[in-house]
Amino acid sequence: MAARGTGLEDRARSAATRNGWALSAPALILLTIGAAGPLVIVLAYSFLSPGQYGNVEWRFSLDGWTGIVVTRDIFDGTLRLADAHLTIFWRSVKLSLLTTVITFAVGFPTAWFIATRPPKARPIWLFLITIPFWTNLLIRTFAINQVIRNEGLLNAVLLKLGLIAAPLQITYTDTAVLIGMVYVYLPLMVLPLYAVIDRFDTRLLEAGYDLYAGRVQMLRRVILPIIRPGIVAGSILVFVPCLGAYVTPRILGGGKLMMIGNFIELQFGQGRNWPLGAAISILLLVVVMIALLIYVRTLSNERKDG
Amino acid sequence: MAEVAVEARDAVKTFGQGAAAVRALDNVSVRIDKGEFFTLLGPSGCGKTTLLRLIAGFETPTSGQILLNGADITALPPNRRAVNTVFQSYALFPHLSVAQNIGFGLEMLRRPRAEIAATTERMLALVRMEEFASRKIAQLSGGQQQRVALARALAPQPSVLLLDEPLSALDLKLRKEMQVELKRLQSETGITFVFVTHDQEEALTMSDRIGVMRAGQVLQIGRPVEIYTRPANRFVAGFIGESNFLPAQIAGGRLRLAAGGEIAADDLRGRSGAVTVTVRPEQVRMVAADAPGALPAKVRAWVYFGTDTHCHLTLADGSEVVARLASPASGDAGLQAGASVGLILAPGSVQVLED
Repeated sequence: MAARGTGLEDRARSAATRNGWALSAPALILLTIGAAGPLVIVLAYSFLSPGQYGNVEWRFSLDGWTGIVVTRDIFDGTLRLADAHLTIFWRSVKLSLLTTVITFAVGFPTAWFIATRPPKARPIWLFLITIPFWTNLLIRTFAINQVIRNEGLLNAVLLKLGLIAAPLQITYTDTAVLIGMVYVYLPLMVLPLYAVIDRFDTRLLEAGYDLYAGRVQMLRRVILPIIRPGIVAGSILVFVPCLGAYVTPRILGGGKLMMIGNFIELQFGQGRNWPLGAAISILLLVVVMIALLIYVRTLSNERKDG
Repeated sequence: MAEVAVEARDAVKTFGQGAAAVRALDNVSVRIDKGEFFTLLGPSGCGKTTLLRLIAGFETPTSGQILLNGADITALPPNRRAVNTVFQSYALFPHLSVAQNIGFGLEMLRRPRAEIAATTERMLALVRMEEFASRKIAQLSGGQQQRVALARALAPQPSVLLLDEPLSALDLKLRKEMQVELKRLQSETGITFVFVTHDQEEALTMSDRIGVMRAGQVLQIGRPVEIYTRPANRFVAGFIGESNFLPAQIAGGRLRLAAGGEIAADDLRGRSGAVTVTVRPEQVRMVAADAPGALPAKVRAWVYFGTDTHCHLTLADGSEVVARLASPASGDAGLQAGASVGLILAPGSVQVLED
């Protein structure tokens, strides 16, 4: 251990600390104004009363929060379970989970394929996977709509092949939203999976094969446990934005099959119930935080286990 | 005659196609007996690992057969062969504990839990790793990982255990320890070991028999002492230990060195004409220049190795000979470079080599 610093060293150190704060100031100010500030405002709004034409009245109320689960009848003022809200929440969670599962089912073989190409070819495949990502989300979503609508490519092909007698109604259904979200978020699943599979020591496959493992056992007992951090990362990266998806359900769900994102927008727009919108936003944020916490815990456990 | 555990019959393995094709194994036939410690020895690229991978099932032969306990297993995948491998890189499962790694094979074979637990216990004791049972692989040293890899491969009680240069990643001291350990494990379990190495000393000290390989072919198979004292050809003589090579003539059943002097050789192999003979440096005795029957030679240089010293000498025809002697107290036994001495090749130590 070094001896106690001389006066000169102490002064240098405190100067470094001072400079450190000064240099971090822009970032700290930006974070306060850009992230923490709005959050505090949203949190505060969730405890106020709705104004008649939107905005809020500065009167404390828990209606924003209770409004998530119960609704007051306009005529007799009785409280009922807000089943419309619950339907929306359930659809959001269901579609987000399904999207996560499907992107994994599609993304895992894809990532494995890319990771097992010759090293020179891999960046090309990765680039191909990410190309749609560089395109505007709105345009991509409309493109998907063109493919799956009644007069679209998919129905035309199926009709031509005689597989169906009448066009399938896909647009404005949950299936349409699901197809859209899988398409949009697939790269977010493939990339983290690729990262772990690329590091996967394929000699372990030989060891497993040598120790009498069949294909299914190899997948369950060797491959999946080892690439688990990538599965968790990909799932979070897909699940979280799905939960708050706005554009995809808006266009492919036709505005009627709402997800949480659309519902929040509705409260700040036509619904004129800003406290309810704010409360749901905070709730969504909490759910996302929990998901991220699970992710961080998984990773730190992984590291502890070494 | 002992029962054969594993056998390769006319095994050929080519990698690549057409003009770029490489013959990794060229018509190799080997029989390895039950309970034997058999070593495949050769320089890198000689095909020893390819042969091991054919036995394990990771590669299929281009032609030829692999037999295990007399049954043709050429077409069986690795997970249906009663053969286990200790990999050069160990290839232990990083997500499993030591005990789970050892039990993995039995678990895949769907053995009852109690049996898996009991066997794992026994294997942990066998490799002296009891107190590490619940450790993760990353928390182990190289030598400990080596033991776990051994225990994992032994746990399913395979007919044959394949070891692919398992000691190459260890430092010298640990390697010596593990050599003894491996020998002990082999005699305790009675399992046939097929060991691949490029280290001739490892092969000589551990093996019951050695197969020396070069360029996809097995050049000689024999007990260590046979391989060392009766090398079949120049490559084997040079690869295992050190050797002197001297030009000679065989005429009328007699062997005559180009440097002069008739030599007794055990087996002239029915040859005649120009041949090469080999003699180990420790079989070359230095005597007085005028001793009867000695080959005249001149001292060129001394090289000190600690316990022994090499004396480099030149014969009358200019060929070079190395003699190994227990290090003399004086360093050069009073013989400076240029001194004239006589050499006697120990009776029975001279071998006529195949070409």
